[in-house]
Amino acid sequence: MLKRTNTICVLLFAVLASATASAQDWIRTGTNRGAPIRLAAADFKASIADAQTGALNTVFNQTLWNDLDNSGVFEMVAKSFYPLQTPGAPSEIKLDAWGNPPPNASMVAFGNLGATNGKVDVQGWLFDAKNAGAPQILGKQYKEDATPENARLIAHRFADEIIYRLGGGIPGIAETKIYFISSRTGSKEVYSMDYDGAGQQQLTHLRSITLSPRVSPDNSRVAFSGLVDSQRNPSWQILMFSLDLGRIVSFPHFGGGNYTPAWSSDSTRLAFSSSMHSGDPEIFSTDANGASAKRLTAFKGSDVAPVWNPKTNGQIAWVSGRNGLPQIFIMDADGSNVQQVTSEGYAVSPSWSPNGQLLAFSWIRHYGPGAPGGQDIYIMDIASRQFVQLTHDARVNDFPSWSPDGRHLVFQSNRSGSEQIWMMLADGTHQQQLTREGKNTQPNWSYK
Amino acid sequence: MNRKRNYILLVGTLALLMLVISGCAKKVPPKVTTTPPPQPKPVTATLSANPTSIERGQSTTLSWNTENADDVTLDGNKVDSSGSQSASPTQSTTYRLIAKGPGGTQEATARVTVSAPTATPTPTPIPPGDDEIFARGVQDIYFDYDSAKLTSDSQQKLVQAAQVLNQHPNWKVRVEGNCDERGSTEYNLTLGEERATAAKQTLTQSGVSGDRLQIISYGKEKPVCTEANEECWQKNRHDHFVLLH
Repeated sequence: MLKRTNTICVLLFAVLASATASAQDWIRTGTNRGAPIRLAAADFKASIADAQTGALNTVFNQTLWNDLDNSGVFEMVAKSFYPLQTPGAPSEIKLDAWGNPPPNASMVAFGNLGATNGKVDVQGWLFDAKNAGAPQILGKQYKEDATPENARLIAHRFADEIIYRLGGGIPGIAETKIYFISSRTGSKEVYSMDYDGAGQQQLTHLRSITLSPRVSPDNSRVAFSGLVDSQRNPSWQILMFSLDLGRIVSFPHFGGGNYTPAWSSDSTRLAFSSSMHSGDPEIFSTDANGASAKRLTAFKGSDVAPVWNPKTNGQIAWVSGRNGLPQIFIMDADGSNVQQVTSEGYAVSPSWSPNGQLLAFSWIRHYGPGAPGGQDIYIMDIASRQFVQLTHDARVNDFPSWSPDGRHLVFQSNRSGSEQIWMMLADGTHQQQLTREGKNTQPNWSYK
Repeated sequence: MNRKRNYILLVGTLALLMLVISGCAKKVPPKVTTTPPPQPKPVTATLSANPTSIERGQSTTLSWNTENADDVTLDGNKVDSSGSQSASPTQSTTYRLIAKGPGGTQEATARVTVSAPTATPTPTPIPPGDDEIFARGVQDIYFDYDSAKLTSDSQQKLVQAAQVLNQHPNWKVRVEGNCDERGSTEYNLTLGEERATAAKQTLTQSGVSGDRLQIISYGKEKPVCTEANEECWQKNRHDHFVLLH
């Protein structure tokens, strides 16, 4: 049994020189004790020689590899180093062939997959390649209807088991979802997809404009901002989509414009920007059902895009234009104790890390005509106010959203020529594009 | 019974009389035959319509010209040898000019195409001219980058707009705040609202009742111009005013 006693989570080691010297910043994900675990993931063996099994096994193997590679926890051992014989069961594995060079793997994942009578059966193991005496860390069996979706789902589940065991007890993200806005049908609607970009689904069909989707931490609802009654008397309202019912459910309409809902991590409260009282957008909080609205800010200028500290629900970070260009601020959840977090450039779209210690946000740090750089994703350690730049491509990168394991960020970038959704590790590495159809914006990562 | 027979008699007599007259006429040789006739000059005829295509309800002018004809008809109606008249056909029509003379018969045609009038969507009729008065008196105002502050030019435009609105107390107006494409979608929504609110405040200070004014921000969702340059961005940083019908 492997038990890492060290706290394993995203740690920030920002090494900043003086304000004038160029900063040497870095951040680490995954384990913080030396090199990441060398993991080999053998292709699963087809236990039945037929076309359906072969097709499902291909989907399974690709998905499992990607999940483990994306996790940020492992150094994946390249398949070219693997022994020629594919082990399908513990009796078939020669551990020393995996544990010694060239693979030199610390851990090996392997198993078999077969489809019979409309069901797909998967058996998977995780072995410690350096412990021949008691190698088994994990043995799992799955059975589902034989579809490619289920082959992916089983791979996600098995990957998450491995990541949970070897990644310091933090649940993996392979089964999580990302909610976002897509205009691929011609109007902006709310969509969902798996964390890896697969299984994209349209949720709303309002044929108006929807923005700022935020899934509730219990995965039951998606709150978003929608333009309602767009012909006669248009207004922006907080709308609520039930993931259980597959339709919009009622949520009170307020006066003025209502934007950018945010859930507290216990799913009991919402914060959002509203001009219901004054015609000036301010931050309000309400119950999850929209009752007992409380005004938290009262200062001329835009106040928008709140996000709760998910660790405590005692603080809210948001964007305010009260001093000119938008900056990130933090206050207590009752509106007291306001602090300005950024003080230069154009800073928007805060996302609070699951451990409560970091803010990710989008920043045009050097603002002005001819200023160098673009709009990039940064993370800031709230206690020290030290920050790290994660994207460096001089285009527009916006709307970072933390994964529930705190090791990843999803964000929006136009670096490919159009606005698309990208994912990266929280140290800025492993950047990969998740969407390609139409324009896709404002990603929001589910809490589990 | 009696009366009916009388009537038949009368009709019969008249018919007979007409036959006799026409028969007589044919037998009388025309005077011109007494001297050897000169070679009759050829009949010419032209017909044109201007314009040749109209919308239903509009009119076109038909012009014609003939030579050496003594009997000219336009669609069966006798007309002068040359002239013009206006026509308002309700559907596409081919007009036919027939000119007859000693030199023969000549035909000319002109076709006028009639299309359905372009629909003017006015579900509730508004007195004509309101839109024009509104467009002239209540003009878009423009903003500096990331600013909801009214420029002095915008102030002037709003005071002028308030005068027009005060002269038309039944008008309701929507103020639509807009931003350029730069910056964040979410922040721009609130910035657009600040811009719309700034205009509303000046209008109400100038006597326009607040309940006649709707406010909406479109942020950067509804740009009027989509190029990435300052000229285009400036066009998008504006409050647009809509007269609600």
